[in-house]
Amino acid sequence: MAIPTTPIATTEAVEAARSSRGSALVRQRTRSAWFFMAPTLAAMGLVAGWPLLRTFWFAFTDANLTDLGAAQFVGLGSVLRVLQDPDWWTTVWTTFRFALVSVGLETVLGLIIALALHAKFPGRALLRASVLVPWAIPTVVSARMWAWMFNDIYGVINAIFLKLGLISESMAWTADPGLAFSAVVAVDVWKTTPFMALLILAALQMLPDDIYEAAKIDGAGPIRVFFQVTLPLLRGPLMVAIIFRMLDALRVFDIFFVLTGGSTETMPMAGYARQRMFEFQEIGMGSAAASVLFAIIALFTTVYMVVGRVKVVEEA
Amino acid sequence: MKWLKKVSFWLLLAVIAIYTLFPFYWAIVSSLKTGSALFQVDPWPKSPAWGNYVAVFQGQPFGQNILNSVIVATAVVVLSLLLGLTASFALARIEFRGRKVLLLSVLGVSMFPQIAVLSGMFELVRWLGLYNKLPALVISNLILTLPFTVWVLTTFMRELPKELEEAAIVDGATPWMIVWRVFLPLLGPAMATTGLLAFIAAWNEFLFALTFTQSDSVRTVPVAIALFSGGTAFETPWGLIMAASVIVTVPLVVLVLIFQRKIISGLTAGAVKG
Repeated sequence: MAIPTTPIATTEAVEAARSSRGSALVRQRTRSAWFFMAPTLAAMGLVAGWPLLRTFWFAFTDANLTDLGAAQFVGLGSVLRVLQDPDWWTTVWTTFRFALVSVGLETVLGLIIALALHAKFPGRALLRASVLVPWAIPTVVSARMWAWMFNDIYGVINAIFLKLGLISESMAWTADPGLAFSAVVAVDVWKTTPFMALLILAALQMLPDDIYEAAKIDGAGPIRVFFQVTLPLLRGPLMVAIIFRMLDALRVFDIFFVLTGGSTETMPMAGYARQRMFEFQEIGMGSAAASVLFAIIALFTTVYMVVGRVKVVEEA
Repeated sequence: MKWLKKVSFWLLLAVIAIYTLFPFYWAIVSSLKTGSALFQVDPWPKSPAWGNYVAVFQGQPFGQNILNSVIVATAVVVLSLLLGLTASFALARIEFRGRKVLLLSVLGVSMFPQIAVLSGMFELVRWLGLYNKLPALVISNLILTLPFTVWVLTTFMRELPKELEEAAIVDGATPWMIVWRVFLPLLGPAMATTGLLAFIAAWNEFLFALTFTQSDSVRTVPVAIALFSGGTAFETPWGLIMAASVIVTVPLVVLVLIFQRKIISGLTAGAVKG
């Protein structure tokens, strides 16, 4: 599960400390800054920097799980093997389709839920809390809860759909590759829409009231107000939320693993990389796949930072 | 027309509530059904039975799995908060060269896909002799919790008035004392929020826990639940799985209900202020 780290607004505290104090004090504070940063830097280097560099290194080798020390440098050999593997491209297609479809649905549903929660009605706090429930449930648990609901023989979804006449016979929701994709999307949408809705709700609550009053005086109907006032004002926050969710969706692993097991037709890129590393023991090729995935995410992160108008650059 | 609008609005609210809560409700209902009742699609258990809740603790070390998850998540929260508190003091309160780069790298690390560090982390874990041990999960989970802890605490710490700190400096307090005596007491609510979010993140983590542990007794809850299997390969023990799911979800739901305001403010901290 991911939690957003988002741009921070500037305060004047630092400037004041710099200008009004003596230089000895400034030097002492600067020294202490590095002292305070040191443990975190060491921890990040150990758990993020070093493993990432090692993964990149493995990507250029033929490393095998049984003896990592015997890895030989093979240049782009492992990367090329990944790029020439049709299974890899299947997982790329699956992952991007998954990211686009589920984030699209989440945005629409999130908007609807946010608009509903933005209205004032009795029991609003309770409904807002209940919307948080899917978000708090571990992904693995929600995937298993849905797998049971999607069960081909005893599942409640087949029972309801049959009763409503939506389907004429029970469907194997998680076994059939085409249906399994929809099942995975359904679980992901259920689990992450709350996050989307709450981000949008927070943005909605900060929109100025006077614009709406002006629109009311002009006699604009609620649908026109939504498309011509609310949606344009929400564009910035929506873009941040969408890109953030896209990043999350591109690295998806758990939902697919639990719902569809290990079939290649329904496997995300992260699943492919992990399968190469630990089931086929090809650390080199798996790391190459993981590095390609990293590059894709890095590209999106850059977009996120630009669109999210990260303030750190200006203020430092 | 007015009543039609009202009815459809309440209908929408009802649909939202059912959509978000039904899967959880269905898990509870299924967990209370045993034997053949499980295979009847009844909207509530006709003769509720606790059998699954007893059986889930027998035959597999599920109690141990819960304990493992609690240990890992607690250790991760404590470490992240300690490291995050000191780092965010430097990032939020001190002007020094390299701060911009540090903030950007913290943001960058929070975007790392876990899979990108998996093989490197696996090597590290084995080299440290921690494979199939809980500390392996504690250190690997830091990559998920530390960046956002630093980030959120930095956001909170920037909003505190500078007069507080100046008064302490005039009194001759060292930066270390300022962190512990001045800021820590004021950051209680922020620490609670970040700690809670970090706890949920560590509690739910799956990929590292699946890869770095091997024996049933070292597994955490998500891995245990994902790998639950019946006596035979074709017989998935759905009743047990649902009971286990309810057991690990109820505490989270209670936490969410109690702290919903804090969670929402933490999740959206700075997100839309842009």
